[in-house]
Amino acid sequence: MAAHPLRPEGEDRVRLLSRLPEAWRQPLAVVGGVVAVAWLVIAAAAPLLAPHDPLAQDLPRLASPGPGHWFGTDQLGRDILSRIMFGARVSIPLTLLLVVMSLLIGGTLGACAGYFGRWVGEGIMRLADLVFAFPTVILAMVVAAALGASLTNAVLAVLVVAWPSYARVTRGLVLGMREREFVLSGRLLGFSAWRSLRVDVLPNVTGPILVLATLDIGTALLLLSGLSFLGLGAKPPSAEWGAMVASGVDVFDSWWVATFPGLAILTVVLAFNFLGDTLRDALDPRTARAIKERAL
Amino acid sequence: MSQPSAPSEDPGGTATRRTARPTGESRPGKATRSPLARFLVRRIAAAVLLGFGITLVTFVLTNLVPGDPVTANLGQSALGDPAIVARFRAEHGLDKPLPAQYLTYLGGLLHGDLGMSQQSHRPVLTDLAEFVPATIELAGGAIAVSLVAGVAFGVVAALRRDRLSDQVLRVVSLVGISVPTFWLALLAFYVFFYRLQITPGSGRVAPDMSAPPGVTGLYTVDAALAGQWDVFSSAVGHLITPALVLAAYTIGLLTRFTRSAVLEVLGQDYVRAARAKGLPGHVILFRYVLRSALVPIITVAGLAFGSLLSGTVLVESVFARPGIGQYAYKSATTLDLPAVMGVGLVVGAVYVLINLVVDILYGVIDPRVRLS
Repeated sequence: MAAHPLRPEGEDRVRLLSRLPEAWRQPLAVVGGVVAVAWLVIAAAAPLLAPHDPLAQDLPRLASPGPGHWFGTDQLGRDILSRIMFGARVSIPLTLLLVVMSLLIGGTLGACAGYFGRWVGEGIMRLADLVFAFPTVILAMVVAAALGASLTNAVLAVLVVAWPSYARVTRGLVLGMREREFVLSGRLLGFSAWRSLRVDVLPNVTGPILVLATLDIGTALLLLSGLSFLGLGAKPPSAEWGAMVASGVDVFDSWWVATFPGLAILTVVLAFNFLGDTLRDALDPRTARAIKERAL
Repeated sequence: MSQPSAPSEDPGGTATRRTARPTGESRPGKATRSPLARFLVRRIAAAVLLGFGITLVTFVLTNLVPGDPVTANLGQSALGDPAIVARFRAEHGLDKPLPAQYLTYLGGLLHGDLGMSQQSHRPVLTDLAEFVPATIELAGGAIAVSLVAGVAFGVVAALRRDRLSDQVLRVVSLVGISVPTFWLALLAFYVFFYRLQITPGSGRVAPDMSAPPGVTGLYTVDAALAGQWDVFSSAVGHLITPALVLAAYTIGLLTRFTRSAVLEVLGQDYVRAARAKGLPGHVILFRYVLRSALVPIITVAGLAFGSLLSGTVLVESVFARPGIGQYAYKSATTLDLPAVMGVGLVVGAVYVLINLVVDILYGVIDPRVRLS
């Protein structure tokens, strides 16, 4: 798309991109990146990497960590390390899908609310407020319980509570962008509202929203595994991390049953939070603050 | 409900409205009573609407979906008997059309009647009165700890920017934000109670003690009022670990926010001027820096309280504390509609109240807000 006269050359985009190399020199971002990639590799290559079948119940029960089964075995004689590796294939793709979906839904609604304003926007934002008024876990729990306990329904439940933060951030950013000269001049040149939104406004708000999404990966995983921990997500033989932690509650003596799956959740969430936190600092402070304040 | 953004940016969304109508620069309120009265009226109206919305959302959610409270509440054998099923439906008004059910509920609500819980067979209000105080104790303890620790850590991190202590605090706060609450609770329970035996176990007081005479429902306060100091110390002891676990997330959050808020203020001209005048460090910190940094910090603390209430579901289930989180969990899993709506209303009320307190605190801290 040819630049039009008053448009500063992709101002905000350049600001984020030009700071990316700087962000990558931060040790936290490097650690986060390495751990995140490692988990993606584990998820992709679990059948090759895992020492045992995650569902086979052929090992001694509740064996403590040691050679042969580094993370010990659970009460059914399954290898916990292998289950964690296969669990990555459940939790990580679902979490990513969840974040992409809430970004698309929330982002679209927020952009409409911000750009078209008036009662459409008011309606959308009041709905978002309503969702915000419920503590996330409680609302997600009600949705998950009402839909029936299953992993798919848990994902839907998290989706219900996750979109409003995107709607808020996008709306805030679009509102700020709408009155900028290059957007107004586009409208004066005869751009339709949709074209103006798509061509002038959205490309300039994607940076902050992507940062929010990175930070949200952790939140989404915590919520999803929390629902599974409560028994509202993955069903038994499935190697889902939250459900694995829950199974450790019954065998308190064997600390390894709950500890290692929890560590898996912690490291994934931490990795994406390291990345997101560094990226957020790389953004210019005003948008960074907008994200912080609206995305809670 | 207004946006939880810092008031200096956009007080009550008026800037938005003004930009939407650039010509009609209308100063709000020519013929008005006191601004506080107007503010309160708007707030209360918003709260009523929100409460209405909460009941509607919960009602729609729990009715338009496949789950059936009858199957969730009655045993297998009872389900086979049409007479029992019909009686259960009639008893809980489930045989009437949905809009009628909703109107009945709203009518009751106006009289302070939240309906009967299908699970406990008691009025929801009685249930809530029993479970809410346990959660208030827990969440209140956690938010107090978070405010003290989070603000202190954040100030230290900002003052020592980019030094080792800042980096360490950054990692610590990110770990606090990232750790799964339910796992941390389990780990704390295992290490401190099961292995080291330095903290008491589950519940609100030691199993051999009875609850203190109920005045407020807060065991700590009631025990102190009754002078039962052994019960008091037991109640406090039972509160420490869950409150700390619950606070992990909010401590991390508040540390990060305090750090950036303080850093922003430290760069301001008036702070530099205060330094140039030779004012002592603590005066600059407390009177100049913290005072203006507190506005964003309080916003976040208010919002963090919501996430604390979320955390209570998980923490209460691990520590077997009979609070509203556990009650919400039990009623959600059994699709106990009146109970779920009751929880929603209480939580919504807390949310509105916290926002109100936050808004009032803005005015106390930042005189500019009062003027606008």
